[in-house]
Amino acid sequence: MQAITANSFAPALLLQAASTHLLSLSGVDVAIIVLYFFSVLGIGFYLKKYTKTGEDFFLAGREMTAWVAGLSFLAANLGSLELMGWAGNAYQYGILAAHWYWVGAIPAMVFLAIVMIPFYYISKTHSVPGYLKLRYGEPARALSAVSFGLMTVLMSGINMYAMAVVLKVVLGWDIYFSIWVSSVTVALYVTLGGLLSAIFNEVLQFVLIWLGALLISIIGLIEAGGWNGMVARIHANFPAQNFTHAWSTLGSFQDNPMGINWVGIVFGLGAVISMGYWTTDFLVVQRVIAAKDLRAAKLAPLIGAAFKMCVPFIVILPGLLGLAMLDTPGHHFLVGGEAAADALSHGQVLHTYDEVLPIMLARYCGPGLMGLGITALIAGFMSGMAGNVSAFATVWTYDIYRAMFRKNATDAHYVSMGRWCTIGGVLVSIGTAYLALHAHSIMDYVQELFSFFIAPLFGTVLLGMLWKRTTSAGGFWGLLAGTISAIGMWAWVKSVPSAVQYIALSPAAKPMAENMFRALWSAMTCVIVTVVVSLMTKPKTEAELVGLVYGCTEIPSEGHLPLWQRPIFWAGVVSCAFVVIQIVFW
Amino acid sequence: MHRPGMLSIWFFIGILLLAYGILILGAGIFEFLYPPPHPLVLAELHAGIWWGGLLIAMGLFYSLRFRPGRNH
Repeated sequence: MQAITANSFAPALLLQAASTHLLSLSGVDVAIIVLYFFSVLGIGFYLKKYTKTGEDFFLAGREMTAWVAGLSFLAANLGSLELMGWAGNAYQYGILAAHWYWVGAIPAMVFLAIVMIPFYYISKTHSVPGYLKLRYGEPARALSAVSFGLMTVLMSGINMYAMAVVLKVVLGWDIYFSIWVSSVTVALYVTLGGLLSAIFNEVLQFVLIWLGALLISIIGLIEAGGWNGMVARIHANFPAQNFTHAWSTLGSFQDNPMGINWVGIVFGLGAVISMGYWTTDFLVVQRVIAAKDLRAAKLAPLIGAAFKMCVPFIVILPGLLGLAMLDTPGHHFLVGGEAAADALSHGQVLHTYDEVLPIMLARYCGPGLMGLGITALIAGFMSGMAGNVSAFATVWTYDIYRAMFRKNATDAHYVSMGRWCTIGGVLVSIGTAYLALHAHSIMDYVQELFSFFIAPLFGTVLLGMLWKRTTSAGGFWGLLAGTISAIGMWAWVKSVPSAVQYIALSPAAKPMAENMFRALWSAMTCVIVTVVVSLMTKPKTEAELVGLVYGCTEIPSEGHLPLWQRPIFWAGVVSCAFVVIQIVFW
Repeated sequence: MHRPGMLSIWFFIGILLLAYGILILGAGIFEFLYPPPHPLVLAELHAGIWWGGLLIAMGLFYSLRFRPGRNH
């Protein structure tokens, strides 16, 4: 999703600008990568015997501990594009990029854990569209399920294409080889073990991502002379620019390289986009509702949030280290994709922002460690793809196939359908990746299309959970109006670029700011239409809202638990740590 | 999650980290004994040796702590 994943990551330009591959692998590196593939496949084959019922296949038996669900919740989002793209963004924009891990994630995860999870969990829904069915009826579920299913497989294909380009540029691997080997592996282990297998592998991938990428930051900081040494070098290289403060440059659009202000970051990113993504995107929510009980389900996003706050250490820091160690006074070593492609046409080889992570990997990591770093990138890609296809299989089977085509089949039939649509979803993803290879602009369109549905969906789900008066008609028409308004604003700016001054409230606003403000307005449109239509239509009775809405649902008390075992206590700890980090990097 | 007879995910992770640690430590020791003609930045830290050692320690901990048959 554009606003959550790296906004400036441009595989087509990366491919166009690459002259030769960046890294060479030794025999040990290849052995590490091959061992990884055998491990994830082995886990899939091992778990097949434990995946017999629909509850096993689609919800991992609802038996996950808080730790497993929490790490999987985070890993499903921590794709390789995230690693490379945000490292590139940090090189380009400085520490501002870290907002997508802090204000763009932590408040939403805490909100999910404390406010929304009880309703998802107590309603025993299989999915987010399933919750909409219980709260608003079939039309809202159909709209949400079809848009989510379609966009999930398309996004999976786009990510697959981008990953293949990365492996081509970094290692010189054939694009088609990368696409087929990675997707067949994911298809096999998800088809065999369903969500159970996806979650197990995501935890493994999470550990590998950290161990593969962490060393770059550690050795980089040693070379730079610690944090203070790195900051001093960046300021010496670019005295007129501020790359190392997260909030002090957000007073106006002109003061920072991202062309955004604090309103866009706090309200657009923090209050709408990230809330929409982390609380209603079924790709991540599915991991949490697979937890073994309500307390584990509430703790899982908090564990995810604690690690999410630390992700900038392996993603943003390498970008900042690039600014300190690769650049010279007044001169960037890495350039934008278009500039690199242009230089290559004149015979000059330049590297792009998005290559900063592999370049730092090559700078510090020798045989073995290089293989571990590349395995981290591949693991990131596969965890994201497995997340997409397992969520797609659930929504397709329960919210589209069972709801619209075959209501009363056996559980075994739905498990079989889940397995077949996992394979089908991967094939559609491969088709999308091939399409993107020949029509690069499709990547931008699909990413933007995905973002159209997230912000309004948050408004619809939130009003449904917190306001008893919201009606079925209000929920459906609000969701539809919010989505259409997002598409309308996007089309307006596409056809009349100067319209960005009305959407983002400033002619100096850049595309990132436009995304944030578009999300803000579409969510507000959704809320206003939902409220107005609800007030004009007949609400459900309180008896019909039990387990679905605040005020009609008895939330189990945690009063008998010691303080340190209560989710609310850990929500406070995570929130305090978040505030402290913002002050430290102000 | 705990089902009768099912191996813990942490056991799988432990075994893989152990294998990775042995490979990386081996490569690090080889580089220490036979330095390449064009060493990496900060090659004198011998990151492969201590990172490989760390992976072995983590791998041993998880594979023993969550080994089959042990009550977690």
